[in-house]
Amino acid sequence: MALTSPVDARTGTVSSGGATTPGGIGRFIGYRLVSGLGTLVFVLLFNFFLFRLLPGDPAARYRAVKNIGAADLARIRAELDAPVLTQFWAYLRDPLALNGISAWKGQPVWDLVGGRAWPTVVLLGSSTLISVLIGVRVGIRAGWKRGGRFDKASTAVTLLFYATPEFWLGLMLILLLSSGVGPFPALFPSGGVIDSGIDPLSIDGAVSVAEHTVLPATALAAVYIAEYSLIMRASIIDEQSQDYLTTARAKGLMDHVVRRRHAVPNASLPTITLIFLNIGFIIGGAITVETVFSYPGLGLLTFEAVSEQDFVLMQALFLVFTLSVIVFNIIADVVIALLDPRIRG
Amino acid sequence: MAVLELRDVHLTYRTAQGPVPAVRGVDLSVDGGEVLGLAGESGCGKSSLVASVLRLQPRSATVTGQVLVGGENVQTMSWRRLRAVRWGEAAVVFQGALHSLNPIQRIGRQLVEPILLHDSAATPRTAADKVAGLLAQVGLPETHADSYPHQLSGGQKQRVMIALALTCDPQVLIADEPTTALDVMVQAQVLELLVGIARQRGMGVVIISHDLSVLATTCHRVAVMYAGRVVELGPAQELFEHARHPYVRALARAFPTIGEARSRYAPAGLPGDPPFPDRLPSGCPFHPRCADAVDECSSVDVRLRPAGPGRVAACVHVGAGVG
Amino acid sequence: MSTQPAGNDDDPGVDAVGVATTPVLSQRAVARARRAASLRRFVRAYASRRAGMLGVAILLVFTLLALLAPVLFPAEMLDIIETVDNDALAPPSGEFWLGTDENGRSVLAVLVWGARASLIVGLAASLISMLLGTLIGIGSGHFRGPFGSALQRLTDWFLVIPFIPLVVVLAAVLGQRGLGTIVLVLGVTSWPGTARLVRAQTLSVEGRPYLERAKALGGSDWQQMSRHVLPNVMPLVVANTTLTVAIVILSETTLAFLGLGDPFLDSWGTMLDKATDAGAASTGAWWYLLPPGVCVIFVVLAFTLIGRALEAVLDPRLGRD
Repeated sequence: MALTSPVDARTGTVSSGGATTPGGIGRFIGYRLVSGLGTLVFVLLFNFFLFRLLPGDPAARYRAVKNIGAADLARIRAELDAPVLTQFWAYLRDPLALNGISAWKGQPVWDLVGGRAWPTVVLLGSSTLISVLIGVRVGIRAGWKRGGRFDKASTAVTLLFYATPEFWLGLMLILLLSSGVGPFPALFPSGGVIDSGIDPLSIDGAVSVAEHTVLPATALAAVYIAEYSLIMRASIIDEQSQDYLTTARAKGLMDHVVRRRHAVPNASLPTITLIFLNIGFIIGGAITVETVFSYPGLGLLTFEAVSEQDFVLMQALFLVFTLSVIVFNIIADVVIALLDPRIRG
Repeated sequence: MAVLELRDVHLTYRTAQGPVPAVRGVDLSVDGGEVLGLAGESGCGKSSLVASVLRLQPRSATVTGQVLVGGENVQTMSWRRLRAVRWGEAAVVFQGALHSLNPIQRIGRQLVEPILLHDSAATPRTAADKVAGLLAQVGLPETHADSYPHQLSGGQKQRVMIALALTCDPQVLIADEPTTALDVMVQAQVLELLVGIARQRGMGVVIISHDLSVLATTCHRVAVMYAGRVVELGPAQELFEHARHPYVRALARAFPTIGEARSRYAPAGLPGDPPFPDRLPSGCPFHPRCADAVDECSSVDVRLRPAGPGRVAACVHVGAGVG
Repeated sequence: MSTQPAGNDDDPGVDAVGVATTPVLSQRAVARARRAASLRRFVRAYASRRAGMLGVAILLVFTLLALLAPVLFPAEMLDIIETVDNDALAPPSGEFWLGTDENGRSVLAVLVWGARASLIVGLAASLISMLLGTLIGIGSGHFRGPFGSALQRLTDWFLVIPFIPLVVVLAAVLGQRGLGTIVLVLGVTSWPGTARLVRAQTLSVEGRPYLERAKALGGSDWQQMSRHVLPNVMPLVVANTTLTVAIVILSETTLAFLGLGDPFLDSWGTMLDKATDAGAASTGAWWYLLPPGVCVIFVVLAFTLIGRALEAVLDPRLGRD
């Protein structure tokens, strides 16, 4: 489920903060960073006040935590009793809760978040790779021979993928390929990111991580295969009415050269933007998929924070997610500016 | 000798509402070194005709008759041969240079592409040299090879399109409304350039325009199309000054106002609109708008008939004593 | 249909010029006839889209099931006290076509009741989202100056906040998990996409000549927006909202699956949550996992197909087929 994506899936047009500025790529990046700052301020405010909606006494939640020291508890108590403005100032000095104490684990939030980041990076990276490789190809082929048999079949499958909750697909994959129930062998593990006792940086470790990542990455990729192929198809169709494709054909180029050299590079621009802008939505998918596969990344940590009512942890995770979106928005604009000379000016 | 010859060419689009005949039997020929003008209002079939010369018509179109480039029928040759003929033997300066260049490729790369494709002896080095020479010939600095299309003005882009059409030294050059988007000064320069180069290289050139006055000053002969057919053909200046077909007379009187799109569709002094190709009137398709129409015109579909030395026209008044 | 100057019949400008009553009435009649004709044209164009009609058919089936749930499966069948004697997690049989859940309840019965929950949440939350999105979108498009640009900024900022994490955090922060809370959480988070679309459409409508005339005649902001802009943006808002329903239903499933749904409401997401807790995936209880997911897919697909078909009919520039 790709949700309200920033790219219009029908027309393939992208609307992001990217305005045309004269003066080359440097000025462009500078402009983009400045406009990102405004967003950052909003996000900090939003993140702070969102968690002040909380009903009840926040400090009370910490009392249930056994492995928290008396000194820490007193400090937390004092912080939470302070006026909102003081709290806000404290928050601004340390928005990522570097020193915040998780009510659930009783240890610094940042230790938890930092330790769980790499599996999510591996998962998001590999699922993005899968979805781009498959989705873009399918979209190009479907759009180039619009209305053909491949187009009809792939559009039908694509729409089905588009409607499938990724965590349910994950459950189905576990059922088929990892539970070992019925006629299907247990091909893949269904929990964790690596077998215990292996160094993730060794070759064995890499193999083990890959084994653990195949199913969740596939579950997460399906929706984006659908989305990228829909967008790519729409852009390719749009591209075919462009005059410069007629020019390319008139030059005597073979059909597949016209497609590869002239149609695809132009048609890819909206999809490339979308790949970066989708980070926020993929993180959303990672929450459920990591939960289904007990994959110990930030998504599973979010689920655990929610189940354990650990709001300090939740706040830190939410800010990490939002900041990633802002950063990737800026990267998207810069990449597009590098690829499209019209935006560079 | 004719480098381009059209023999009884018909082009029909299949649509949901039934077949739409856009070109209905056109015979034309262009010799090497000759410049032929092709005029007519929007929708008269001239752009469809251009498409058929390189077999670029959409899949929904059927072409019958013969389209001969250098004596070979483009419409029936193998795809392999067709790809060699495209740009190698016949090239097009497309209408609307604004969109005919790839926006995210440098000009140089787009000009080098056909050279490397058609000339097996060419290397990137020699191709780049040739492109620099062509750019100079159309009056652009060599450095524009490193520019992107959006960095050029409309006139500069049009010059790039002309350079592009010349890259493979074709025998036939077709310029589809090469000056429509340009202002008057640039128009004259571009046309002069085009015709000069074509004469010098002995190419056969077809210039398509809605503006008869422009064609009269640049071409040897001019053909005027109406409703998918040529209605008059003759030496340019003569045809412009003493047109035999009433439609051509109206067109010659009507200097379209530069920059005003309306004037392209309805020449001044001509009542009504051109007919839709799928709903042609009976008899002469022009008779509902014709000031000189007689009873006969609504029933007789008159074809081209001799109208003086080197001239033909499709009108009942021609040949029957009026000329 | 969005290109006609709708709202002409009520235009105060016409009365102000002092046109007699009869012509105004006949003008209204003409406008009404024109609208009826354009509606007929719209229905015909929609009916010619096979995918769109398939969406309508699927949706009809699920709506019927949701309405008939109490008739097909009496409410007692969902009461775990009544079903305690049935086998738990039993595979499909003649008595229970889709087997039983961990409480011995008929999966089929829970599934049909789940259609109610999913459709109610989907429609109610989309309605909130549509209202918010339309108001903010029209406001940000209509008002030049600080108010409009503030609304636009707000929309842009909210577009940056990752949707599912926001929904999850908001539901967790709000605590009590009633149907109302879920609807509210999904409604107040999914409007930015609609707002952006409406803003763009408002800007294009306001550039049209008849609105210039309304401005020149001194129509108030409210009159301009409600009589001229709103009727013109409405068709696309409806199409967009149909797509929002699909997203909201998926999000409800996600929330419920994460244990943030209404624990007393049997929605498809809750079923999947309970099935996972009961170990259905590792024990191979496919009858408990497969049906809720398939239902979600069908309903989401139905709304997606309808939304796409509506867009294609209303805005041919999108070129969908």
